[in-house]
Amino acid sequence: MVRWILITLLSLGIIGVSVWGYQEHQEKNAILIQAENSYQRSFHDLTYNIDLLHDKIGSTLAMNTKKQLSPQLAEIWRLTSMAHNDVGQLPLTLLPFNKTEEFLQQMGDFSYRTAVRDLDTEPLSDDELDALESLYEMSGDIEHELRKVQNMVLNDNLRWMDVQLALVNNDEQADNTIIDGFQTVEKTVEGYAEGKLQSGILGTSSKKDGYTMLGNNKISEEDAMKKMRSLLNIDKDTDLVVASTGDGAKVPLFSGSFEQDEKTGYIDITQNGGYPITVMINREVADSDISLHHAMQKAEEYVKQLDFGENLVLVESNQYDNVGVFQFVPEYDDVWIYPDAIQVKVALDNGEVLGFVAKDYLENTHERDIPEPELSDEEARENVNPNLEIQEHHLAIMEDDMGEEVLTYVHLGTLNHDTYKIFIDAADGKEVRVDKLKQAEIKY
Amino acid sequence: MKKRMIVCLVLFMIGVFSFIDGRGQVVYGFSDQVVQHGATGDDVVELQARLQYLGFYNGNIDGVFGWGTYWALRNFQYEFGMDIDGLLGEQAKQKLVKASEFDRSFVHEQIDQGKKFTYYGGVDKNKQSEETPSKSEDGSGKQQEGQTPEQEQQPDGEQQPAEQPEAAEEDLEPAAVNMPQGFSQNDIQIMANAVYGEARGEPYEGQVAVAAVILNRVESSTFPNTVSGVIFEPRAFTAVSDGQIWLTPNDRAKSAVLDAINGWDPTGEALYYFNPDTATSGWIWSRPQIKRIGKHIFCM
Repeated sequence: MVRWILITLLSLGIIGVSVWGYQEHQEKNAILIQAENSYQRSFHDLTYNIDLLHDKIGSTLAMNTKKQLSPQLAEIWRLTSMAHNDVGQLPLTLLPFNKTEEFLQQMGDFSYRTAVRDLDTEPLSDDELDALESLYEMSGDIEHELRKVQNMVLNDNLRWMDVQLALVNNDEQADNTIIDGFQTVEKTVEGYAEGKLQSGILGTSSKKDGYTMLGNNKISEEDAMKKMRSLLNIDKDTDLVVASTGDGAKVPLFSGSFEQDEKTGYIDITQNGGYPITVMINREVADSDISLHHAMQKAEEYVKQLDFGENLVLVESNQYDNVGVFQFVPEYDDVWIYPDAIQVKVALDNGEVLGFVAKDYLENTHERDIPEPELSDEEARENVNPNLEIQEHHLAIMEDDMGEEVLTYVHLGTLNHDTYKIFIDAADGKEVRVDKLKQAEIKY
Repeated sequence: MKKRMIVCLVLFMIGVFSFIDGRGQVVYGFSDQVVQHGATGDDVVELQARLQYLGFYNGNIDGVFGWGTYWALRNFQYEFGMDIDGLLGEQAKQKLVKASEFDRSFVHEQIDQGKKFTYYGGVDKNKQSEETPSKSEDGSGKQQEGQTPEQEQQPDGEQQPAEQPEAAEEDLEPAAVNMPQGFSQNDIQIMANAVYGEARGEPYEGQVAVAAVILNRVESSTFPNTVSGVIFEPRAFTAVSDGQIWLTPNDRAKSAVLDAINGWDPTGEALYYFNPDTATSGWIWSRPQIKRIGKHIFCM
């Protein structure tokens, strides 16, 4: 009797467990399929967009009327951005696919710039046509390779989930067809990037080398430590851990960090010249006893004592809970130098400086020949949208979309409830940029 | 007799002083701090209310000294013949207090309850506040009644209700917050989630560094161009893959994100980082390394 009861109970248990297990299995499969499908969708979208891209570049080359050219280039720009987006949704992060992504970005930048240009006055140059020609070829090759991969995926029912697994486990990488295919694409693009494509024409904002003011004077680690201690305001009893940067760093730095009971700090100092580039002190700031204005004065004092420029003007000040964050730029002869920005963070409980960034300053500052503005303020103002009520203006050096420094008139104006910053080129009155300034955000 | 007189005098004096004191608080609420653009708090609420009372300020009374407040203050300074510097100093405070009234308890109550309200002079206060706090309303709904003529330039739907302020007993919780250009509180929340999931055991600079890498990737041409695109890129962050991103971040992670957005980048423009103890990919080791912060190695 007991035996039978046991048997029934056990078999019931087994049936229950298998039903449960089956359901779990089904559920897992459903989720896997869903993930797989979204990968598949991005992948097929990608190949489709590259197809289209190739065709569009081709028809641009064959096109004669300038009227049609601009919308066509805008279309190319849209397609590159969509393709770029598709790449971002595939599990390729651990796979070297940078060159292809860079190609898409460059293609997008190039077509955008030419699309918004007035092609009647400034038609495509021969160089640009050459560039377009090689882009056509390149996108053709990418298309071809991707088509091959796509064909294999469809015929052999290859799964992107396997790619993901292979990438995680690393060692199987060689076996995976999709990964191989993408590596071929990458190699194709790489070949082009080295040879035919002149990056000068496609080149996105070619950042200058920068950091020219640092000089060649290397400081020793001891000197760096001394400097760090004084900047972080810590005495000899606190341990300061110092390390220098590796090969990948743009500028060699000494980094120091310390830890106290309620306070930690971190600092970067350039090895050449020994300038502080980042200072961070982290501690609890529970209340705000001093005003933002007072904190700003503290910040100003701090920067002055570090020898960064003589005259600083405040561009932005913001209070976040109990800290104030300020952005300063240097001012020479009433011209504000926007690229040389310096940020300072001040605690509002006792006015201690909690942070300092001079990266932009150190990277961009150099001897500048500031030209005389060719337009007067009034002439520049004529180029501002008349609906705006101009409240304030000053002269400034700023970087345009191409990363070039230009002298501009900066007008602060209001339109209805919003405030805008309008940069007008002081040489030709062109509207270089219009920024909408952020309003406070409502708490949700 | 003399003694009694002295006592009387003292009592009288105390009475007078406390009277002045009591009145002083009602009339003169500003602290003695100089208030400038970007500040938040009670002084700003009072400044906005007083400027609105005089018709200079048409925005929300939210306790954040934004551009609207700045221009209003400058206009006020211009009209009243002061130096136009956009700073609320001693002179500006005195003139403001003389020219306007400020009903602290009314204004604070409105903000506390999250009501839409205005504070124009010469209009019945009760008409300037909406009946019930509108929690579900999205701001495009009804405008406040009892508007004065100066208010007419105000475009419809611009005023949003200050929704659900945390109930505060003493200090007024501001209805709005400063945000860095181009980011919202929600963006910061997503990034804080990612930073907390990825680096909650790291030192503060390590957390700022992870946030900085996310931002560097947004800038880079080889990664998606949005914060969420970078964070949710498949296999980009382990915390996203294993769901740790959905842990609730602490305030430290949030302030690390805020620092990174405001320009702090201890990584030296790194695009990748990895934990050398757990990294499985050989490729990541081939990247040029910049530095090590906490447990992570940052590289190009």
